[in-house]
Amino acid sequence: MVASVTSLGRNGLYDWMIQRVSAVVLAAYSVFIIGYLALTPELTYEAWSGLFAGTCMRIFSLLALLCLGAHAWVGLWTISTDYMKATGVRFIFQAACGVVMFAYVAWGILVIWGL
Amino acid sequence: MLVSIYRYNPEKDQTPFMEDINIDIPEGKDLMVLDVLHLLKEKDSSVAYRRSCREGVCGSDGLNMNGKNGLACITPLSDVVKKDKLVIRPLPGLPVIRDLVVDMSMFYKQYEKIKPFLINDTPAPAIERLQSPEDREKLDGLYECILCACCSTACPSFWWNPDKFVGPSGLLQAYRFLADSRDTAQDERLADLDDPFSVFRCRGIMNCVSVCPKGLNPTKAIGHIRNMLMQRST
Repeated sequence: MVASVTSLGRNGLYDWMIQRVSAVVLAAYSVFIIGYLALTPELTYEAWSGLFAGTCMRIFSLLALLCLGAHAWVGLWTISTDYMKATGVRFIFQAACGVVMFAYVAWGILVIWGL
Repeated sequence: MLVSIYRYNPEKDQTPFMEDINIDIPEGKDLMVLDVLHLLKEKDSSVAYRRSCREGVCGSDGLNMNGKNGLACITPLSDVVKKDKLVIRPLPGLPVIRDLVVDMSMFYKQYEKIKPFLINDTPAPAIERLQSPEDREKLDGLYECILCACCSTACPSFWWNPDKFVGPSGLLQAYRFLADSRDTAQDERLADLDDPFSVFRCRGIMNCVSVCPKGLNPTKAIGHIRNMLMQRST
């Protein structure tokens, strides 16, 4: 058993499941957005902002945003523990990733919910 | 045929280097790579490599031949030689002791970690613990591993974290005991594999499957372990 306090769930199975489930959500979101763009011949600002004004779409977008954050954290944490052997460098990289991801998630929530 | 062989003698050499040696291959025969190593040794007796059974049973002569891991004794030249050249290197990712001889301690340490023995806390029967033919069949494709380390040393996840990731060979053996109907320590075994490194560093690239000289499938066994961990925790 190898303990790790910086992985998302401090548990391999949990991280693995989060990565798989978030991948499914992101795939569904991508298919939906691509499908919407493909099936809307004339995309206007009104139609685009109208799409994101609905509560369901906002919840779906928020879910996709949170999934993106979790997915990216698991992936980047894995990469950092594979390739960065110096503890200091790895810690700084992980901390920087955490800060950037938090900023993007918080900013994304502001954009989606128009707070 | 030109043989390019990895040489390193820590008592003499500052750094490892590749030595090119021309070997006359007898006509009309498809020699094994191990035979070529014997011919090499006749020319230069200082070349060091491991070998024992010379029939793919002991797993001593795991080597990297033209970029692919395998057992030298059961790899015919016709399978590996390209443009009349054979490049022989030690198994990648493990410390080199000398020439083609690597230090396997890290590999064995991971093997030890999975407790490769039957654990059964029920009273021992008078003769033996019985197993149905169906339960015995579940061990096929698992027990045949000869611990040659070809798979684990072909795995990038094992290269980056040989101290934390159990590796395909160890995990194949872990599943061999998890799948054994006579073993009663399934829960403890799974609890030991639940961290982010031991099992979950496997990214399923299947290098292990492509190099296994016994034709085994560690990736499939790792998938079974993941499913068991899921069933245990969800």
